[in-house]
Amino acid sequence: MAKKQYALVTCWINGREVEQMVDVRASLTDMLRNDFRLTSVKKGCEVGECGACNVLIDGECFNSCLYLAVWAEGKHITTLEGLTGPNGELSDIQQAFMDETAIQCGFCIPGFIMTAAEILDRKVYYTDDELRKLLSGHLCRCTGYENIFKAVKKTMLRRLGMLDDPYLNS
Amino acid sequence: MYDMLALYEAKDVQDAVRLRLEHPEAQIIAGGTDVLVQMREGKRAGKALISIQKCDEMRGVSIDDEENIRIGSLTSFTHITNDPIIQKYINVLGEAVDMVGGPQIRNAGTIGGNTCNGVTSADSASTLHAWEAIVEITGKNGVRRIPIKEFYLKAGTVDLKVEDGEIQTAILIPKASYDRTWGHYIKYAMRNAMDIATLGTSVNARLSPDGKTFERVRIAFGVAGPVPMRAVTAESFINGKAVTLENIEEFGCKVLEDINPRDSWRASKAFRSHIAVESAKRCLIESVKLAGGEL
Repeated sequence: MAKKQYALVTCWINGREVEQMVDVRASLTDMLRNDFRLTSVKKGCEVGECGACNVLIDGECFNSCLYLAVWAEGKHITTLEGLTGPNGELSDIQQAFMDETAIQCGFCIPGFIMTAAEILDRKVYYTDDELRKLLSGHLCRCTGYENIFKAVKKTMLRRLGMLDDPYLNS
Repeated sequence: MYDMLALYEAKDVQDAVRLRLEHPEAQIIAGGTDVLVQMREGKRAGKALISIQKCDEMRGVSIDDEENIRIGSLTSFTHITNDPIIQKYINVLGEAVDMVGGPQIRNAGTIGGNTCNGVTSADSASTLHAWEAIVEITGKNGVRRIPIKEFYLKAGTVDLKVEDGEIQTAILIPKASYDRTWGHYIKYAMRNAMDIATLGTSVNARLSPDGKTFERVRIAFGVAGPVPMRAVTAESFINGKAVTLENIEEFGCKVLEDINPRDSWRASKAFRSHIAVESAKRCLIESVKLAGGEL
């Protein structure tokens, strides 16, 4: 076997600057789960199809299973844990998933919520079709898509001050 | 963990060329959405990788001194779709790459990786063929530029000389290609997301100033043959003809003389031929509308 190869990675995870020696063969999922115990980052298909390992890297969504840990050098990474308040308070989008019963087994949810976080941070109004396309990189094996969609849409409308519009919120 | 022999990280283009000469057996990795998947499935397991992920000079879209649109090879699909230059001059490319995989894949995947794969189904490839893109390749002997048609040698193989340390650094669209030209792309697939094209059709048209004659029509297909291809018989039929539905109908039928789709588990040859004719017509009608012509 070839000699093991390590690299030092300095990055920001959920707002905190960290330094970590990683095996160059590690994916970002491996690093976040094993070295930082951020277990909201799920290992699903590990080939970029299911979206369960989705995290924000410099504000854009990436499947962390298809991202080498060493590429995180200098990047700002946000996982689901980074959305909660200092005392573990839920963010509006997390609360919306609970209110809409969008969670069944829960495995796909952290990935979905991180995509929702990216979309909602743009503060743009999206039509239903646009929202569906933006959420299309995730698979939910419980097939709870309708409630997931409602949770994202309601949070979008709430943030835009349009939640009371009976035409939009149907 | 990936089953990887070693990882060499390039700091910039020159470093990447040097690493490629030093480790000719290693695989170049850009966004990782193909190479890492193939490594997982065993196809590229145990290989060494040269990562060009950090060569940020290869990112972004600009217009160069010769008025070419220059797309750095590491530009992600999302950044291409959202780029104002692309939206203004070659909107169809932004729309085509917006159909790749899903949102996260489009954030990671790069146009350079999409073309260097040499696969016929790549969503960017048919549009780049239809717009006669130029591929910029950098190696130990400097920079060379070749038409994208010559870049694709055969299925899965592109014209990058490992012995010269070559990597693809940019894709250029010449002004003569994008000037007064509008296009449309249709991806035919079983699902709207996370699927590979059964057939990809990209058409663009330049009309005469009065909008009544086809000045130049170009059409290219993905998955209609082993590599992306133009339908030259159909093109030469329609060029110079009047903008009428009858001519567009005939144009659609003519593509069958150029293409050579195959039977696969995704679709039969007969079905691919059928959707090629239909997509060609619909794409051209849409291009005429975008170009301000009337039908």
